[in-house]
Amino acid sequence: MSAPAEQSGDHAGSQPPPLLEARGIVKKFGDFAANDDVALVIQPGEKHALLGENGAGKSTLVKMIYGVMQPTSGEFFWNGRQVVIHKPAEARDMGIGMVFQHFSVFDALSVVENIALALPPQPMRALSERIRQVSEAYGLAIDPGRAVHTLSVGEKQRVEIIRCLLQNPKLLIMDEPTSVLTPQETELLFQTLEKLAAEGCSILYISHKLEEVKALCDAATILRHGRVVAHCDPKAETARSMAEMMVGDQIAWVERQDRAAGGGPVRLKIDHLNLAAESEFGVTLKDLSLEVHGGEVVGIAGVAGEGQAELMEALTGEVLSDSDATIHIDGVPMGRADPTKRRLAGAAFVPEERNGHAAVGALTLSENIILAHHTAEGIAARGWIDFSKASDWAGRVREGFDVRAASENPVAASLSGGNLQKFVVGREILREPGVLVVSQPTWGVDAGAASVIRRALIDLAAKGSAVLVISQDLEEIFSICDKIAVIHHGRLSKEHPAAEMTPEKVGLLMGGAHPEDTEIPTEEMA
Amino acid sequence: MENFFFQMIIAATPLLLAAIGELVTERSGVLNLGVEGMMLMGAVSAFAVANSTGSSTLGIVAGAGAGLLMALIFCVIALSLLANQAATGLALTIFGIGASGLIGQGFVGVALEPLAKLSVPFLSDATMLGRILLGHDVMVYLALALAAGVAWFLYSTRGGLALRAVGDNHDSGHALGYNVIGIRYLATMFGGACAGLGGAYLSLAYTPMWAENMTAGRGWIALALVVFATWRPWRVVAGAYLFAAVTQLQFYGQDWGLPVASQFLAMAPYVATILALVIISRDVNLTKANAPACIGRPFRAER
Repeated sequence: MSAPAEQSGDHAGSQPPPLLEARGIVKKFGDFAANDDVALVIQPGEKHALLGENGAGKSTLVKMIYGVMQPTSGEFFWNGRQVVIHKPAEARDMGIGMVFQHFSVFDALSVVENIALALPPQPMRALSERIRQVSEAYGLAIDPGRAVHTLSVGEKQRVEIIRCLLQNPKLLIMDEPTSVLTPQETELLFQTLEKLAAEGCSILYISHKLEEVKALCDAATILRHGRVVAHCDPKAETARSMAEMMVGDQIAWVERQDRAAGGGPVRLKIDHLNLAAESEFGVTLKDLSLEVHGGEVVGIAGVAGEGQAELMEALTGEVLSDSDATIHIDGVPMGRADPTKRRLAGAAFVPEERNGHAAVGALTLSENIILAHHTAEGIAARGWIDFSKASDWAGRVREGFDVRAASENPVAASLSGGNLQKFVVGREILREPGVLVVSQPTWGVDAGAASVIRRALIDLAAKGSAVLVISQDLEEIFSICDKIAVIHHGRLSKEHPAAEMTPEKVGLLMGGAHPEDTEIPTEEMA
Repeated sequence: MENFFFQMIIAATPLLLAAIGELVTERSGVLNLGVEGMMLMGAVSAFAVANSTGSSTLGIVAGAGAGLLMALIFCVIALSLLANQAATGLALTIFGIGASGLIGQGFVGVALEPLAKLSVPFLSDATMLGRILLGHDVMVYLALALAAGVAWFLYSTRGGLALRAVGDNHDSGHALGYNVIGIRYLATMFGGACAGLGGAYLSLAYTPMWAENMTAGRGWIALALVVFATWRPWRVVAGAYLFAAVTQLQFYGQDWGLPVASQFLAMAPYVATILALVIISRDVNLTKANAPACIGRPFRAER
């Protein structure tokens, strides 16, 4: 690690200039400085990681590099010459390509149309041919004629990457590219990136998945609260040391202990659950079975859109199944019970989308308590709302889960993602439910909040509750779960003890393999 | 029967003009509910100019111009100032009804020479098909040419691709460097000009006179037609002719001795509108796969 000041020197002399250098970049939104005196140096052919928590200013910085936004002050140098990048088209002309976190693809258009939009006008047929060539050269299989809404997320990302590659980029910016990929797809992506870097293309890789950064990158710049706090060589650091640079503090690193979990009674039982998809874009659940015992945390892994949303709806009672026998809560068949009945039976739920599903953004925290606990905790028992009880609850959640907000009883939307997530998880855990089902418990929250939430889930199980975690984050699954099952195409694998699983094994299941007919490598992933 | 089809083509023309314009607007991601108001302003402006200059060509231009100006008002309020699009569109319709009545005060009851019919020697009269299809005024063919032009533009040009792209995902369009607001201004103003043409057709050709509120809900039917056609140009053409046929039933139904009260026949186009929308909405995938995903959503570029 070296101090940031050392990096921003002159590049006079025989040394060739860096490909991209940013000096003193400041970006203000009103009084808030999203970037404050940021410096960044990327050498040709370098795989450079940009690390930081949510809201650290990573996306703001790359948007300025790509010309989507303008810095309030500061300078960019490209091959040693000062440049002002007014718009993305100029960035592309210079040789900067970008793959966005939320893909900037157009679902209603075909693959070739999507790619044509980013390139100078040319005949579609010739372009389709070039797409085929590039996709073969880099192992990115795709059919140019397909409509994009029929593609998987991994394939959509390929569309974006091919779109960049066709512009012969010298710098490829990747914003959280692996958040939707299986470990195997990630491996393929890394091979493509290694190949590109070997050809001299620099990569700016934005991520908070530190193990991946260690595997891929050879330099890193770490941002915190809009400022550069460190430069480091990821290969020489540990994931934990980089995480602490990101957070700026020692963090309570939550790790699963191989404790004698389970042994308690079956508290949540899913029994041959079948559910037809509601639309062409949905997933049909096929014959799902799972038992969660008291005292254990069971994780359901899988990439996005494999049936997690449908399973969650079936568990919460938002969608009723055909028969009561498909879902048992503490032994009571509840497959056709509404959410309130399930909550009364001692179950609690935290859906994935915190703002809009788990909480109503325009309502205050105490009103959001009422929405969840109106009957189960008797806050609005006979049609009348007990406001003092509701605000008492809100206060206890805020205290117990370190929910930080600007005022006493703010509206939910005014909380940061991490604080709102702590609130919606804490609201359910404070009930000490016998069964807790939580989807994506720490998606998009900072490391501090994530460790509070993960600790609380483990503590709840230790008190004898059954906890079911549906997550796409393998690091999370491995850090808190006692047993792991994998969902793929609406089917659920058998659950395996976490100690017997490796990320690779889970990855194969996520890709649809059956462990029985596949040789599973057992060594740990790098 | 021959007359029925001849009149059907005429009745379809204002619907087709307004709907094809609104289709372009909506494809860019803008929902302009002000079609009725824009048609009325087009109708009264076209009549006023044609009446005072004696030139129906100038009248047509004035009608398109009035619709375009109305759409420009919508653009400033809804796209630049980010007001709610539905509310702005409704306000535009109410404004159009009032303002056209005011402008048209002096023209009520004034007669105008209808738009000249074209005629192709021999062919126009020789066969029944010739008599139905040929011998209409120029705007009937202009409307069809416009629909063909829109279909070609949307699916075969880069400008059309960019327009569909910003309607599908304005954030991505912006990130790729497209001027989302600029494209939407142009698309909405094109839609306004087309609605104005539709109005002009009513007051210059369909019933060559001015009467308050003479569009009688055609703007709303045009809006429904766009949904009915699932945002496809050629389906808009088919839809417009279909609705026009239903409209004509009220005039011809009794002649043919249909055992239905005339009030019901007069209701038919509106009932058909509702039925068509219900049937289309039943199949979620049909609308989902074709509807511009960003329709009605305000766009603000982060800078």
